[in-house]
Amino acid sequence: MLKPNSREIIAKRIAGELKDGDVVNLGVGIPTLVSKYLEDKKIYLQTENGLIGMGPPPNDHEQDIDLIDASKAPVTITPEASFFDSAFSFAMIRGKHVDVAVLGTLEVDRYGEIANWSVPNQPILGVGGAMDLVAGAKKVIVASTLFTKDGSSKLVESLTLDSSGERRVHQFVTEYANFIFQDGEIFIKDIYGDLTFEELESRIGLPLRRKITI
Amino acid sequence: MEKLRKAEELAPLFKDSMRLLVGGFGISGTPLTLLDAVAQFDTGNYEVVSNNLGDDGKGLHKVFEAGKIDKAIGSFFTINKEAIMAWSMGQLKIDLIPQGTLAEAIRCGGAGIGGFYTPTAVGTRLAEGKEVREIDGVRYLFEKAIKGDIALIKAAKADKAGNLVYHTTARNFNPIMATAAEVVIVEVDEIVEIGELSPEEIVTPHIFVDYVIESKYIKQGGTYVEAK
Repeated sequence: MLKPNSREIIAKRIAGELKDGDVVNLGVGIPTLVSKYLEDKKIYLQTENGLIGMGPPPNDHEQDIDLIDASKAPVTITPEASFFDSAFSFAMIRGKHVDVAVLGTLEVDRYGEIANWSVPNQPILGVGGAMDLVAGAKKVIVASTLFTKDGSSKLVESLTLDSSGERRVHQFVTEYANFIFQDGEIFIKDIYGDLTFEELESRIGLPLRRKITI
Repeated sequence: MEKLRKAEELAPLFKDSMRLLVGGFGISGTPLTLLDAVAQFDTGNYEVVSNNLGDDGKGLHKVFEAGKIDKAIGSFFTINKEAIMAWSMGQLKIDLIPQGTLAEAIRCGGAGIGGFYTPTAVGTRLAEGKEVREIDGVRYLFEKAIKGDIALIKAAKADKAGNLVYHTTARNFNPIMATAAEVVIVEVDEIVEIGELSPEEIVTPHIFVDYVIESKYIKQGGTYVEAK
C-alpha cells in the first residue's frame, strides 16, 4: 500500500501549512524533507542543538563537523542566524517561541496524543528533544504514512506505544489526508490520496468529520 | 599560563565514582583529547552526565570501552550500540531524561536552583515516580537540578585568563556545564592573549574555568582526526 513518493507528498503538504515568518523546528525523517518545499517562503528553521537560521546542507568540501542539525547532519546557516546553548534552545522551545514543530510519529490517538519515541520491541534508550517539542511548540504537526506495513491505521483509538506527552498535537499529515484534532474530534482538512472520505473512515475505524474551513 | 595543563597531568583530580559532566552533541563540542586521557587514568566507576555516550568510536565511547562508566544520564543513547548491549546485560545503568530537561537541570545546578517544574514528559513513562503539580491549569513535572564533580567541556578558544568562546553548534551543553561542577576542565583548539577576545563575545567568563588543555584533534573530511 505504501506509495513510493508518500514521504515527499507529506513533506510538500506540510510545507504548505507553514506561513511566512514562522519559526519552525523540523524533526528527523519526513519532517527533514519539508525544507525542500518551502519555495520562497521566509521560514526560520530552529534546531534544538543550538541554532536558529539553519540553511541547506553544505557541499562535501564545506562540511564542518561542529555545525550540525539535531540529527547530526552537517548544515549551513542563513545570514541572520544565531547560535546559543542547549538550555537557551529549550527555553525557546518550551517558552512557546517556536511557532511550529514538525515531528515524525509512530501512532496518533483520536484526540491527537502521539507516540513517537519508543520503537516497538526495542529498549527505549533515546528520547532526545521530542518530548520538549511536543510539550512546548506553539503548534505541533506530526507527519507519517497513514498505515503500517501490515495495513493497520496509525491513527488509533488509544495508543499502544509509549506516549510522548499528554499535550495533544494539532495536525496529522499523511499521504492520503490532512487530519485536524479539535474539540475531541478528528476533522479532515483535505483529502488528496486515492481513498474517499468513506474509505478512510472505514480503514481507520474511527469517526471522522468533514471540515470545510479551519 | 597558570591554568594550562597537559591532559595527562590531570589524573589526580579524578576519584572513583565521581559524577562527570561531559559536553557535546554527538562529536560536535566534545572534549576528545581530555576523554582519551580519562580513558587511560586508573580511576573509574563514573556516573556520566552527557547527551549521549560519544559517537563514531570517539569521546565517551572510549571511556565506556575502558570499563569506567557505571551509569549514564542523558537523552539519547540509541546510537551507542555497545552501551545498549551493556545496559541489557545489567552492566550499565541508564537514566534517560528529555534533552530540554537535561539542559535545564544542568543550568539550574549551576545557578543555585534546587529544581524546576517543566511541562515536558508529563503523562509519559519518563514521568514515573516524579511529582506532578498543576500551575495555572497546566500540569508540570518536578525535576531536580544536576551538578557534577568535574565538568569536561570543549570550547573553540580560551584566552590566557580562561575566558571562552565557542564555535557554531559546538556550544551546546558546554557553557551550562561550565557552571555546574566543582572543577571545570576545558579543551580548546586555540589559546590567545588576554584582550584578544572581545568582552562582548565571551560566553563563559574565566571565573568558571579551572584548567585548560589544548586539543590534539583537528577537523578533517567531515570528522575529527588526531593531529599531534
